[in-house]
Amino acid sequence: MAVLGSKRMIEIRNLSKSFPGADGTVEALKGINLTIADGDIYGIIGMSGAGKSTLVRCINLLERPTKGEVSIDGVEMTSLSPKALREMRRSITMIFQGFNLLMQRTCLDNICFPLELAHVSRKEAKEKALALLELVGLPDKAHAYPAQLSGGQQQRIAIARALATNPKVLLCDEATSALDPKTTADILELIRDINRKLGITVIVITHQMSVVEEICNRVAILDQGYVVEEGDVSEVFSHPQSQAAKRLVFPEEETEILPTQQNVRIIRLVFRGAEETGRPLITQMAVDEGITANILYASTRCIGDKIYGKMLLSLPDHEGTVKRAIAYLSNGEDVLAEEVDV
Amino acid sequence: MGNLFTKEKWQVALEVLQEEIPAALLDTAYLTLLATFFAVLIGLPLGVLLVAGDKNGVLPLPRFVLSILNGIINVLRSVPFLILMIVVMPLSELITGTRIGTVAFMVPLVIAAFPFIARLVETSLRELNPNIIEMAQSMGATPFQIIWKVMLPECVPSLVSNLTIAITTILGYTAMSAAIGGDGLGKIAINYGYYRYNYPVMILAVVVLILLVQIFQSIGTYLASKLDRRQKH
Repeated sequence: MAVLGSKRMIEIRNLSKSFPGADGTVEALKGINLTIADGDIYGIIGMSGAGKSTLVRCINLLERPTKGEVSIDGVEMTSLSPKALREMRRSITMIFQGFNLLMQRTCLDNICFPLELAHVSRKEAKEKALALLELVGLPDKAHAYPAQLSGGQQQRIAIARALATNPKVLLCDEATSALDPKTTADILELIRDINRKLGITVIVITHQMSVVEEICNRVAILDQGYVVEEGDVSEVFSHPQSQAAKRLVFPEEETEILPTQQNVRIIRLVFRGAEETGRPLITQMAVDEGITANILYASTRCIGDKIYGKMLLSLPDHEGTVKRAIAYLSNGEDVLAEEVDV
Repeated sequence: MGNLFTKEKWQVALEVLQEEIPAALLDTAYLTLLATFFAVLIGLPLGVLLVAGDKNGVLPLPRFVLSILNGIINVLRSVPFLILMIVVMPLSELITGTRIGTVAFMVPLVIAAFPFIARLVETSLRELNPNIIEMAQSMGATPFQIIWKVMLPECVPSLVSNLTIAITTILGYTAMSAAIGGDGLGKIAINYGYYRYNYPVMILAVVVLILLVQIFQSIGTYLASKLDRRQKH
């Protein structure tokens, strides 16, 4: 994991963006303040329409902020000349949901593309591209065309391309949203690797909780153009404060599960990479404590030998029982239990 | 009907096929390809300008410039080719020094074809996924780099398909030019078929025209698919 609290890489101050629309101005972003440290993998999460894509485009100025400032590694982006901005963009590259590869170029030439733009010699560009193909694990695809590759492979090529100019910051705009879960995990692994090995600061824009859980160390939750919550991922995800954060972290509680229950108390169990011990936790609680819990909802999965996910348990409406259950369940490391307000 | 296809007329047709058609075929092909070349020379940059100069394009142009461009293209596209040929005859004479023959008709052909090609190029380039252009911008590409390295190369298959359409249309124009003094297959068709009621010769000339269109179209279709790297091999 990256060193926290180190140098500030990206600072967004009081940033607003509005678009003129047919029915008046649409305010996409409203007074955003964010600080992203060098080496962070920073998640920006929100429902569609929250303003995530606009925010990420305000960082490399594909969208010009209506108000506010964006500085990257000490350089104030909004004050750059068009030429200086183009040069600066070589150090803030981007990958996309749709990969956006040049379909008429080979993979090698796709990776050479940003180097070509920077007038790097063909020979040098080719060497760099071959090394990057190695890094992303596709050394044999140099002369293949993107259409011959799977989605995951195409995104790997796009990542290699984004790394060609040795950027300081990598912006990932819904980079895994078009991929299946297995491929998503592989791509996230690759991004984490790049963050570690090359020390590149990564910003991950997504609507998927799992993506943030998997690789980010910090997260900002965006809702209707505001940052409603910001902090360490483990903190924000285990104790979401805002409505928007709760909706994202516990989407199932929004639905019909809770209101139908009466005369019960509900406990939420969150597994944050708990060790798989083979010990059946709920059953064990019945044996050890004599508390029988009803599983209302469960969504857990194993990654490696760790368990991630959540459960909702219903318990009899008895203060003592609930307290004992919470104490018992919280015992395990990386398991978090708390009561849910019905 | 009977005296339209007499033995004598077929005899003439056979002679024409041997003596006049080869040269006429060359004339037509030459005029078509050369006119296409000049029309592309003018039409391709204009088509690029129409897309790149758009207010959301990579090289936004002042509105009035685009309006003038669009106006010229629309006016030229609206004039029927037969009328256009007559209208530009003085200009043609000024440039080529003659009013008849292959060279003289180069001028109206190019004037008629370049607006058409500009529109075809515009259509091709507009098909490109705007996210690709955004990607190039995010990597610091200049507007000209985007045009040269992204827009045109990514649209090659579509440009080739549309160019094929342009060539066959220009071929049709060359045939039409025979009505007022142009050379080539059209002249044979009109001279024998229209002025002398020799239908066999006319049919022959038309068949050769059809074959020419077929050849152009097949080459175009083949190239467009051969050049397209989006297919899985």
